Amino acid sequence: MAQRGIREYDAKRILAKHMKSLSKGTFKYRGRVVLVTPEASIEAAAKRKHWVKTEKLTVKPDQLFGKRGKHGLLLVNATYEEAKSWLEEKMNSTVEVGKVLGKLTHFLVQPYVELDKEYYLAFAGHQEGDYIHFSAEGGVDIEANWDMVTNVNVPIDAKIEDVDLSLILDSVSNDDRAAFQDLITALFRFYRRLQFGFLEFNPFTHKNGEFFPVDTVARLDDTAHFLCHEDWKDVEFPAPFGRELRPEEQYIEDLDEKSGSSLKLTVLNPKGRVWTMVAGGGASVIYADTVVDLGFGDELATYGEYSGNPTTEETYDYAKTLFDLMTREKVEGCKVFIIGGGIANFTDVAMTFDGIIQALDDYAEQIKEHDIKIFIRRGGPNYKAGLAKIREAGKRLDLDMEVHGPDMHMTKVVSIALKNLEDGR
Amino acid sequence: MTKPDYVLFDKDTTAIIFGNQQAAVQRMLHFGYLAGREKPSVAAIVNPSGGRKGLMKVFYGKDEILLPMYNKLGAAVKNHPDADVIINFASFRSAYDVSVEALNYPTIKTVAIIAEGIPERQTRQLIALRKKLGKWIIGPATVGGFVAGGFKIGNAGGALSNLLMSKLYRPGSVGFVSKSGGMLNEMANMIALNSDGVYEGIAIGGDKYPGSTLVEHLQRYEANPEIKMMVVLGEVGGDDEYEIVDAIKDGRLKKPLVAWVTGTCAKVFPSEVQFGHAGAMARGEAETADAKNVALKEAGAYVPNSYNDFDKLIRTVYEELKVKGIIEDKEEVTPREIPVDYDPRTMRRTTNIISTISDDRGDELLYAGIPISEVIRDRYSVGDVISLLWFKKRLPQYVTEFLELALMITADHGPCVSGAHNAIVTAMAGKDITASVAAGVLTIGPRFGGAIDGAAKYFKDALGRGLTPRQFVDEMKAKNINIPGIGHRVKSVHNPDMRVNLLEEWAFANLPKHKLLDFALEVEKITTAKKNNLIFNVDGCVGIVFVDIMHSTGIYTEDEIDEIIDSGALNGLFVLGRTIGMIGHFLDQKRLHSGLYRHPWDEVLYTLPSETEVLEYSDTGKKR
Repeated sequence: MAQRGIREYDAKRILAKHMKSLSKGTFKYRGRVVLVTPEASIEAAAKRKHWVKTEKLTVKPDQLFGKRGKHGLLLVNATYEEAKSWLEEKMNSTVEVGKVLGKLTHFLVQPYVELDKEYYLAFAGHQEGDYIHFSAEGGVDIEANWDMVTNVNVPIDAKIEDVDLSLILDSVSNDDRAAFQDLITALFRFYRRLQFGFLEFNPFTHKNGEFFPVDTVARLDDTAHFLCHEDWKDVEFPAPFGRELRPEEQYIEDLDEKSGSSLKLTVLNPKGRVWTMVAGGGASVIYADTVVDLGFGDELATYGEYSGNPTTEETYDYAKTLFDLMTREKVEGCKVFIIGGGIANFTDVAMTFDGIIQALDDYAEQIKEHDIKIFIRRGGPNYKAGLAKIREAGKRLDLDMEVHGPDMHMTKVVSIALKNLEDGR
Repeated sequence: MTKPDYVLFDKDTTAIIFGNQQAAVQRMLHFGYLAGREKPSVAAIVNPSGGRKGLMKVFYGKDEILLPMYNKLGAAVKNHPDADVIINFASFRSAYDVSVEALNYPTIKTVAIIAEGIPERQTRQLIALRKKLGKWIIGPATVGGFVAGGFKIGNAGGALSNLLMSKLYRPGSVGFVSKSGGMLNEMANMIALNSDGVYEGIAIGGDKYPGSTLVEHLQRYEANPEIKMMVVLGEVGGDDEYEIVDAIKDGRLKKPLVAWVTGTCAKVFPSEVQFGHAGAMARGEAETADAKNVALKEAGAYVPNSYNDFDKLIRTVYEELKVKGIIEDKEEVTPREIPVDYDPRTMRRTTNIISTISDDRGDELLYAGIPISEVIRDRYSVGDVISLLWFKKRLPQYVTEFLELALMITADHGPCVSGAHNAIVTAMAGKDITASVAAGVLTIGPRFGGAIDGAAKYFKDALGRGLTPRQFVDEMKAKNINIPGIGHRVKSVHNPDMRVNLLEEWAFANLPKHKLLDFALEVEKITTAKKNNLIFNVDGCVGIVFVDIMHSTGIYTEDEIDEIIDSGALNGLFVLGRTIGMIGHFLDQKRLHSGLYRHPWDEVLYTLPSETEVLEYSDTGKKR
C-alpha cells in the first residue's frame, strides 16, 4: 500500500546477496548481521556464525527508530559476553523513544568496525527521479552538517551509468574516487532494482573492495512485492515502534489480507467515548478530522475504514469487532457511535448495512447497557434500502439511533453526535 | 475539429475499456444516455483474459446494443481511431504494461488507471513517459472522474440515483478536483446542494505519485471559460497543495478557489498512522494538513475552519459570483429517462442468449432486419437468404450467385463417398430421414468435404505473408501438413475434375481480381509436378474463390475475413450443399424399399492377434 520501513537486519541481509553482482565484482559486502529476538538468542546465533564469538561487536535495537546512541541504546566494541549480558538486560524492557513508549524485542548484532572516516550516502525517490545525497562528513551529526552534503538527481528514465557522479565526490581524494563511483553505482542499482523508496547508509566506509555500512535505514515499496518477492525473501514490515498490534487490530488486518476490499482498524484510545465506523479511505480521515476539529480528539477511540464493496459477512465481522471493543470499558456518561460515509461509488450500502444490522442484533443488550447512542449518515448504491433496514433494526432493538442520508452534509452527523458529550465536559 | 488542450472529455469523447467490466460500461452508457449524448461513450472493450473476440450486450436507454470486444488493445485502438481515452481496469500486476502500451498509441490522449497498489517506481516511469509524449494520466488508484453532461470514467459518479441527485447530467459552473476517489460523489453532491453543480470533477487518486496532479487539473479549469469557480479537496502528505499555493501566488490560478486539506486529525495520533491512501502520511511539518490549510489560506484561497464548514463556504463563494454576475442562472435541463428495470446487476441474469440474425417477436419474422414479406415479394434468391442469415448483409448479386453455384456443385458426388454411403446404410437400417442425413453429415470434416476452411486459411495466410508458391509448398512439407484443398482420391491431372473447372471459369468471368486463385493454381503446378493426383480440388476451389470474393466486395477487413473463415462459414456451404444430396439418397433408398445392409466378409481383411499375445500380461497368462 505504500513505502514502509524495514529492519536494518533485513536491508543488510538482502544487500549481502546482491552486492557482488550489482557492483560487477568490484565490491563485496559480507552481510555479517544477526537478529536477536526473544525467540532467537545470541547463543544460538553464535553456533551458526563463528564471528559472533571471535569479533568485537556492535549491538543495537532494530525496531525502526534512529538516534539509538542518544537514547543509550547502543553497545559498541563489546565482547560476546558483554553483548550477551547487555542483551539480557535490554530484551523485553520498555523504553521511551521520542514520546513513544515501547518494548525492545529486536536487536541487530554485527562486528564492530573502527572508522577512520565516516561517510554518508542516501537515496531518496521523488516524482522525477531519485536523489543521491553524499557527504564525507557523515555520522550522528549529519543533520547539523547538512550543508556539507552534495546532491545529484538521477532522472527516472536515466541509467546510473549516464550520471556524472564526480559532481558529488569533490570531498573525496582523487585516488578514492573511482572506488566510490563503483560503490555508489552498485548501491544505487540495488536501491532501484529492489524497489526501495529510501535507503541510507550513515556512517559507512570501504576498504579494499569491501563495503562497511554501520547504520542503515531503508523503506521498501511494499506494492512491488509481486515483482521482488524472490529477492526480498521473507522481509518483514514491522509496525512502528510502540505500535504493536492489538489482537483486534491483528484480526482486522488478517481479514483485510484475505479480502478484495479494504478493512483497516487502529485503536487510539480504548477508553474514548467517540467511536466511528466509516466507509471509504477519504471519508474516514474527514470524520476523524471533524472529531478533532470540534475538540474531541482525546475522546476518539479508533481510526479505521471499510471500503471497496466488502461482503455482508466482512462488514459484520468488522462491526462486531468494534462493538466488542466499545462495550469493554465503562465510562462516565454515554458513548457515541458514528456509522458514517460519503456517497459510495459502487459499494452496495444495503448489503454492507445487513452486516452491521447482524452485529447490532448480537450486541443490542450491551449497547444499551453502555448507553451508546448511534448516529448514521450514508449514501451510494442502494442507500435507501440500507437506511430503511437499519432504521427498522434500531426500532426493533429499541436502540438510541438517528439515521441520515446524503441530503445532509457528510460530517454534520459528527457535530450532532458530539452534542451528547458536551454536558459531560 | 480539434479540442482545446484543457478539454480531456466532452460529449463526443469515446473510450476503450481495458478489462471485462460490464457494470462499469453499463454505468457509462446510462450516464451518457441521461446526458443526451448522441453516441455511447464506450467505443470498444478489451477483454484480455477472454482470449476471444466477441460482443458485449448493454443497454443504451431503451435499446439493447452490442459493443465490440477485442482480446488485444492494439486491435481495439486500430479499429476505433476516434477513441482518445483508455480506461485501464488491469490489475496492479499488469496495469503498468497496459498503460505504457496505451500511452504509446498516437490516437490516445488520456489513460485512466483504476488499479490500486502499482509500485511507485512504475508510476514514476509512467509519469515521465506521459510528460514526454504530452499526454494525460488520471490515477492510479482512483475511480476517475466526470464531465457533467458529457463523459464519465467507469464507475465514477456512482449509481443512477446519484447521477440524478447530483445533477451530473448537465454542466454546472464548478471545477472540482480531489485526491480521494471515494469522496468524488460526496463532493459532487455537496457542490450540487450549494451551487449550480459540478462542471468537471476529477479524483487523481491517493497514491504518493499521482499520474496528474491537483494543480494540473486546476490549470485546465482556469483555462476553461465554462468553469467559474474551483473546489479542491487535498490530503495530508506530499507537497501537491504547495504547487497550488505557488500557482495562486504567481497568477496562474485566478478564479475563486475553495480548498480543504484533510488529515488534520493526524496531530492527535500517537505515532505515524498510515491512512487509507498510500500518499497520506506526513513526513515533516510542511506536509501536515494544518500547515497546508494555512498556506492555502494565506495565498488567497477560501479555506474553511473545518470540513464541517466546507459546504457553507462553497455556497458563500458561489452566491458572491452570482451577485457579481459572473455566474448566470442556467435553464434546468430534464435528463432523458432510463427505464428502471435495466439494472446492470440484474441485466446479465435476464438473458443468456444473444441473437443478431433473426427475430420472431414482432408482427413479422425478420431475417437480419428484413421482413419475410420483403424477402418473398422482392424475390430474394436462396443465395440472398443465405447471405442475410449467415453474414447479416444482403450481398451483391454475383456473390449470392456464387453461393448458389457452390451449393449446386457440392450437392452430391455419388453414393460411394463417405457422407452418402453413411446416409444410405442408415436408411437401409430402417432409420428415419433425420437420423440418416445426420449420419451422413457427421462424416464431414477435415478428410471429407471439410477442407474448404482449411484451404482458405492456409492459402490466405501464405499469400498474406508474401510467400512464393514454392516457399508455401516447402513450408507445409517442413511442417508435415498436407495442404488442404490439394489432392484427390480419384481425380488427377489426366482425369480432371469438371467441378473445379466450372468454378474457375466462373471466377475468371465474374471477378476483376482473383489473387488467391492465381496463387493456388501456381501451387497446383508445383504439387502436380510431384504427383499426378495432387490437383486443386473442389473444396479448395470453393474456399479460395470465396476469399477472393470477400476481398472483391470491399466490405470486409482482413481480420473480418479471417474471422469468417475461423467461424466455419465456408464449410457450412459444403454441409448445406451436400445435405441436398444426402436427402436424395435417403429418399432413393426408401423408394427402393432397400433392406438392411451387411458388408460382405470378403471385403474385410480379418487379422487378429493370437490368444497368447492377448493374454500375455493377464493373470491367466502369467499362470501359464
